[in-house]
Amino acid sequence: MLQIAAFYILAAVALISAIMVVSAKNPVHSVMFLITIFVTTSGLFVLAGAEYLAMLLIVVYVGAVAVLFLFVVMMLDIDFVELKQGFMRYAPFGALVALVLFAMFVLVASAVVEAKVDPHVLASPTPALDVANNTQAIGRILYTDYILFFQLAGMVLFVAMIGAIVLTLRHKPYVKRQNVGKQVARTRKTGVENTKPKIGEGVSL
Amino acid sequence: MMEIGLTHYLAFAAALFTIGVFGIFVNRKNIIVILMSVEMILLAVNVNFVAFSVFLGDLVGQIFAMFVLTVAAAEAAVVLAILVVYFRNRGTIAVDDLNVLKG
Repeated sequence: MLQIAAFYILAAVALISAIMVVSAKNPVHSVMFLITIFVTTSGLFVLAGAEYLAMLLIVVYVGAVAVLFLFVVMMLDIDFVELKQGFMRYAPFGALVALVLFAMFVLVASAVVEAKVDPHVLASPTPALDVANNTQAIGRILYTDYILFFQLAGMVLFVAMIGAIVLTLRHKPYVKRQNVGKQVARTRKTGVENTKPKIGEGVSL
Repeated sequence: MMEIGLTHYLAFAAALFTIGVFGIFVNRKNIIVILMSVEMILLAVNVNFVAFSVFLGDLVGQIFAMFVLTVAAAEAAVVLAILVVYFRNRGTIAVDDLNVLKG
């Protein structure tokens, strides 16, 4: 009973927040509702028994992606009222497409639920809970069978990091920096000069 | 007594995905909200992966959901970097002006 109530409350909060994300006037509010979606979906994952992914969702999405969004939204000085125009113009068409899509999903999902899966075709069956919990079971196959993909995922993140840095890096020509080579190559000849000017003539430069 | 089954999770994911697509349509000018809608769509896909993984007893779905999460984070970082550079050059982020690359 509690499980059913939790599912419906979390799902309802997530879907209402999703509607608020797309219809909020201020993008900062959109980001806040996005965080609500992530947290409630993480609760749904816990309910389903996928604790590791639930925690990963909190760490990655709430901790990194949502904060990144918040940074950009607050950093850019944008007239959001102007960007909101055209909402009502596109709403009917968007609703139509969304309805068709939803009907398709429901049809396919009900067909899939009807069909039974042969348990012999499972790639890596979930071990019993007294053998290994969710995190242990994922670790056991992630670092053995799927180690290549795990490292490739790290590569994807690495390339994305380099890309983001290269894109936003700005060289400012007016900033003076230390040039070590130039300092080391400097000799006494270029630095000081001994002169012995005669009286009344001064130094010629 | 009703149990929470695969159908519930699939319906939730379908609704989330649909709202994401709707958000892309209605927020045609605001690229930040479009990006948030894309994140919502990816989250709906993840919910599907996890639901199937749990109810069929196969862990690969959760592994793959993790990789989807990785790609979503990388994509968000790169797109927001592009957005910052674009705003620096043009002073706006209106999608209508994004036709500079048109030949």
